[in-house]
Amino acid sequence: MSEFTAKDYKKGQPRWCPGCGDHFFLASLHKAMAEIGVAPHNIAVISGIGCSSRLPHYMATYGMNTIHGRAAAIATGCKVSNPDLSVWQVSGDGDGLAIGGNHFIHANRRNINLKMILLNNRIYGLTKGQYSPTSPRGFVSKSSPYGTVEDPFRPAELCFGARGHFFARAVATDAEGTVAVLKTAHAHKGAAVCEILQNCVIFNDGTHEAVYTKEGRAKNAIYLKHGEKMVFGENNEFGLVQEGFGVKVVTIGQDGYTMDDVLVHDAHCEDNTLQLKLAMMEYPVALGVIRDVDAPTYDDAVNAQIEEVKAAKKYHNFAELLETNDTWEVK
Amino acid sequence: MADNLKVEELDQVVVRFSGDSGDGMQLAGNIFSTISATVGNGICTFPDYPADIRAPQGSLTGVSGFQVSIAAEKAFTPGDKCDVLVAMNPAALKTQYKFCKPTSSIIIDVDSFKKADLEKAQFEATDAAGAIAEMGIKQDVIQVPVTSMVKDVLADSGMDPKAMLKCRNMLALGLVCYIFNRDLSIAEKFLRDKFSGKKAAIAENNIKVIHAGYDFGANTHASVSHTYNVVSKQTPAKKGRYMDINGNKATAYGLIAAAEKAGLRLYLGSYPITPATDVLHELSKHKSLGVTTVQCEDEIAGCASALGASFAGALAATSTSGPGICLKSEAMNLAVIMELPLVVIDVQRGGPATGLPTKSEQTDLLQCLFGRNGETPMPVIAATSPADCFDSAYAACKIALEHMTPVVFMSDAYIANGSEAFKLPNLAEYPAINPPYVPESKKGTWTPYERDERDVRYWAVPGREGFAHILGGLEKDNKTGAISTNPENHDLMTRLRQSKIDKIPVPDVVVEGDKDDADLLIVGFGGTYGHLHAAMDEMRAAGKKVALAHFRFINPLPKNTAEVLKKYKKVVVAEQNMGQFAAFLRMKVDGFAPAQFNEVKGQPFVVSELVAAFNKLV
Repeated sequence: MSEFTAKDYKKGQPRWCPGCGDHFFLASLHKAMAEIGVAPHNIAVISGIGCSSRLPHYMATYGMNTIHGRAAAIATGCKVSNPDLSVWQVSGDGDGLAIGGNHFIHANRRNINLKMILLNNRIYGLTKGQYSPTSPRGFVSKSSPYGTVEDPFRPAELCFGARGHFFARAVATDAEGTVAVLKTAHAHKGAAVCEILQNCVIFNDGTHEAVYTKEGRAKNAIYLKHGEKMVFGENNEFGLVQEGFGVKVVTIGQDGYTMDDVLVHDAHCEDNTLQLKLAMMEYPVALGVIRDVDAPTYDDAVNAQIEEVKAAKKYHNFAELLETNDTWEVK
Repeated sequence: MADNLKVEELDQVVVRFSGDSGDGMQLAGNIFSTISATVGNGICTFPDYPADIRAPQGSLTGVSGFQVSIAAEKAFTPGDKCDVLVAMNPAALKTQYKFCKPTSSIIIDVDSFKKADLEKAQFEATDAAGAIAEMGIKQDVIQVPVTSMVKDVLADSGMDPKAMLKCRNMLALGLVCYIFNRDLSIAEKFLRDKFSGKKAAIAENNIKVIHAGYDFGANTHASVSHTYNVVSKQTPAKKGRYMDINGNKATAYGLIAAAEKAGLRLYLGSYPITPATDVLHELSKHKSLGVTTVQCEDEIAGCASALGASFAGALAATSTSGPGICLKSEAMNLAVIMELPLVVIDVQRGGPATGLPTKSEQTDLLQCLFGRNGETPMPVIAATSPADCFDSAYAACKIALEHMTPVVFMSDAYIANGSEAFKLPNLAEYPAINPPYVPESKKGTWTPYERDERDVRYWAVPGREGFAHILGGLEKDNKTGAISTNPENHDLMTRLRQSKIDKIPVPDVVVEGDKDDADLLIVGFGGTYGHLHAAMDEMRAAGKKVALAHFRFINPLPKNTAEVLKKYKKVVVAEQNMGQFAAFLRMKVDGFAPAQFNEVKGQPFVVSELVAAFNKLV
């Protein structure tokens, strides 16, 4: 049991719009942190700019609300130079995937031990309603009055393409699912991307409608759990089976499909092919920990290399470093 | 036979090695300057790299040069022109001849002046003599069969012909060592240290070739009537142990020294960029000192990650050149408002945009001072020579850590790649570095923007219980540290950030030369110190009353700046840009109206041109 409660991580009064998904997520984050039990002074929460990036202001931990898009890069330096800290990076879809896209992919590629929270509402809220890199093609917004003519990023695909080893998804209104995802992310050693589906009540209301309510999730979402059958539906009547190179929804007991045909989730499988299929599904929407694979982390490797070189080299301070050069004496 | 030859004593001599970029001219030049430094001469070097990635062999754009000036006392510059030019091929002769004096000796590898070689360098002539005539060269040209001699010397070495040709530079070096009466044992040691273990055979073969070059000179008198010697006349104050250092290495050493003094981990976030990359290279080697280097995905991340490391309690730096400063300016600004220590290294090159990546300018000054949104005062320090990069980098770290601010450390391609003798510093003699860690007694009452009497806020590093806080890019309340858009508070915070920088103590600017009665004060900053000093020396030697005020601390300016600038009848600000420092001084010193000398050629100043221009002012 942790010695902390959610209250120990709470600070201030959030200023998001009433009903904003960020409120729900923040409550889950406080709860998850209490259950994880790392002391607030050993945590750094680092965000960029945007509605969701206000989040560190509501944490009683160390934190930085930095500049647009750079949270992952700033968090990288923080974690590498001070590996004892638990470092959480919080970004929205614009901050994390548009202006910060480069840092997002490289933090994943390097596998820096960061907990990377991506609050995805498919819109720019703080600047009052422009399409984001996760808005669907044809999306009408203030900056796309005739609809966008570009395809969106799908965060999981980007994470996997960057060789990400952890990807999980939760819905902001689903406290239990969110807390579970955050706890697993913390336990994972390495970059851990958590996509939080979050509703913007003002500029993009209903964007995650199919899964935003408990009833909706019962119909339209599948909770993936490592080692368990991939079944979903109000009465677990549906299952996922493999067909050719794809994954298909079947009704168990119909068309000759039995429970034996239903896939068992393997989040630890190094090959991400099926995990990607699951993450890409539009129906049902996959929730929970989709990929969770161990791999060497950058911050560990950097610090291990320093120790190795310290042991191998004979100079360990500045005076000794000078002696490694050719010198001459002026008498 | 050599005994009969006259040895002429000189106070200063300049040698320029030039050849194809694969001919090893940088190495030959480096060894020659090390030998000279070892015997106590002052040295100053200037590597002149071709801009092409790999120009066709023998072509005019592929010529690489290395100029070294050796002096009985301090060598302030690598010299405008050379006394000896080594040209390993026709392209080198054609492009480098402009650096010769009427009295220069020119050494060429006559074996590489065949018809095909000459065609590549766009000569019409078909042999060496023809090429010399075609160029109208009147100086002595020593035609040495370098290639064939190297092949002879190494005939029994078992080396393949291609590998043999790589030793041509050592034959030229041996000959130059003969002409300047240099001791080959130092070159031998240099090569044996460079190529040890499995590569020992390379060292021995190169040593054989150096001796062959030396003996060629001795046996033929190298077709010169006498040889030269530059005797060391170092003063007692110069006593001590020295090493050869270039500016980038000295910069890296300065950071390491400061981190050790402050008891902090050194973190460098960087992205490769000419001519700053060697700072990253150098620091990456020294993991045994706990140095952490992260080669980031871009310049932005280089700076941003360093700022993250600073928040987490490291001495954090990021290294780049001008185009990288453009990209880092956003995170530099974040460091200003978060009031965290950060050292930003700008090794200037020719601009704008990609500009002249391998060449040197001082065109980033105003960018470093002002190139950000909002009111963002930032200390700026400009190193004045390769060895001074050490002290200036150390000073930059000290200011950043003690005043909780980003600091720009400026150098340039010329001092970054140029080298000089560096007296081994004793870290114990350097000032302590004491960051303003928040005292434990403040637990419970502390807020992040509480300041001490210098207007510096305290540093609370994550991991300390009771001091959890948030920093950020949004304006904060002066008292509570919460986000604030209060107009009075913003005005106050803006003034506090300014006064924090204004209160940083910096040493007075030193006036050299005729400081009491100069008719002309020369003013410069950063990497032009050597050339401006040499120009002053030359004018004073000619009887003129001249002084030099060279600035290392640009922001804040030294307290005596106005007094110095107003003391002299005539002041000229000389800089390698269109007048950026002059503009800054005019802004800071009421009524200051200097003459200006501006040149933006990507090359170091030419002392004779400076003297000619300054003479017109007195």
